[in-house]
Amino acid sequence: MRAILSLAGTALLAVPAAASDMEIELEIPRLRVAEYHRPYVAIWIAREDQSVAANLAVWYQLTAGPEGDGKTWLKDIRMWWRRIGRTLDMPVDGVSGPTRPPATHTLEIPQDDPRLRDLEPGHYFLFVEASREVGGRELLEIPFEWAPDASSETTIEGDTELGRITLRLTAN
Amino acid sequence: MKKLFTGMLCATAVAMAATSAANAHRMWLLPSTFTLSGDTQWITVDGAISNDLFFPNHVALPLEDIRVTAPDGQTVPLQNGATGRFRSTFDVELTQQGTYRISETGGLYFASWTDAEGETQRRRGTLETFESEGITAIDGVSLMHSSRRVETFVTLGAPTTGAFELDGTGYELQPVTHPNDVYAGEAAEFRVFLNGSPAEGAAVEIVRGNDRYRDDAGAVHAVTAADGSFSFTPDEAGRYWISAGRGESSRPEPDADGIVRISSYTATIEALPF
Repeated sequence: MRAILSLAGTALLAVPAAASDMEIELEIPRLRVAEYHRPYVAIWIAREDQSVAANLAVWYQLTAGPEGDGKTWLKDIRMWWRRIGRTLDMPVDGVSGPTRPPATHTLEIPQDDPRLRDLEPGHYFLFVEASREVGGRELLEIPFEWAPDASSETTIEGDTELGRITLRLTAN
Repeated sequence: MKKLFTGMLCATAVAMAATSAANAHRMWLLPSTFTLSGDTQWITVDGAISNDLFFPNHVALPLEDIRVTAPDGQTVPLQNGATGRFRSTFDVELTQQGTYRISETGGLYFASWTDAEGETQRRRGTLETFESEGITAIDGVSLMHSSRRVETFVTLGAPTTGAFELDGTGYELQPVTHPNDVYAGEAAEFRVFLNGSPAEGAAVEIVRGNDRYRDDAGAVHAVTAADGSFSFTPDEAGRYWISAGRGESSRPEPDADGIVRISSYTATIEALPF
């Protein structure tokens, strides 16, 4: 048992060597409201003409609940739904995930990840959209250049449904 | 039947057309949701003829002539239909991905003639009734048929156009911009067809819902181009009522059978915020 654990530890330690080329920190704020539901969140990369270059993540209720199938409310992540969602067959492997609680969440996406592998060099926008049942909606965007010449960090602050969003790019 | 088209009848027809385009009784179908996601969903649709958009406050839209066309072009049944005093309501189960077209079509014949005492007589009903009552045989009778099409569009998943096949009767709408892909601040373009052909010079009126909370309804007017197209840019997100009909400049001409046919079109769409 101890041997297995130490082996696992070694494998984990090996990860930082292949540094993430894109890291997104995303804060879902804790809200003091009478009725709270975790937000649906979508994260994607758009080209300058708004077309979608990469669909990074969509967090939604993956199972059917008492009020119905979780896919029912995907349309409420409104811009994501128009740009990508409505043409997808959900769930999408490596993109779909369950809703997340208020906290700061981190997405590490290595350069060779299928979501980034085909990203041509150019000017892009990272979009983060959140929509909450009986709540509001917020859409944030961070412009960036790909592939980065130098490592960079950009942070923006949401007002309502999203907190601090940080985009870290690591140059190779 | 003697073809006599008095100025009185033409004036009546014009007045009726003007009324439908101006303010009074607006016909509408309003879905509970225009854009949906998921595998199978339900919508509830209200239908009414009212003064205010979209508040049922005059009469219910009849359910008898409502047809729901699925994305594959097939007709699907209404469910849980009921007609109240001010509105009708029914459900539609959406089982196919794509766009559903919901249409109500109705029509009525109007007859007018001068009787032996010189009094003007007017009647409305079906052509069969007129024939059985001998009205169509009256010397100098004028006959008019007024038809309408009331529509809305609902999309599950990505928008499709399979349900937009033209019926070829009266006014119809064809998408250039898909009616479930309309956003505030973006131009939306549609084409108006009359009896299956592009309708040039049709008068289009567009009114955003909740007009009862505005002193001025803020109607937008457009005239269709040679290919039947018109466009408008919704300033705000919301539900919009679009109506199309004959331009004011043209007078209705009788068809070969001597009957003047006029028709009207209305559609309810939603502009989403962006």
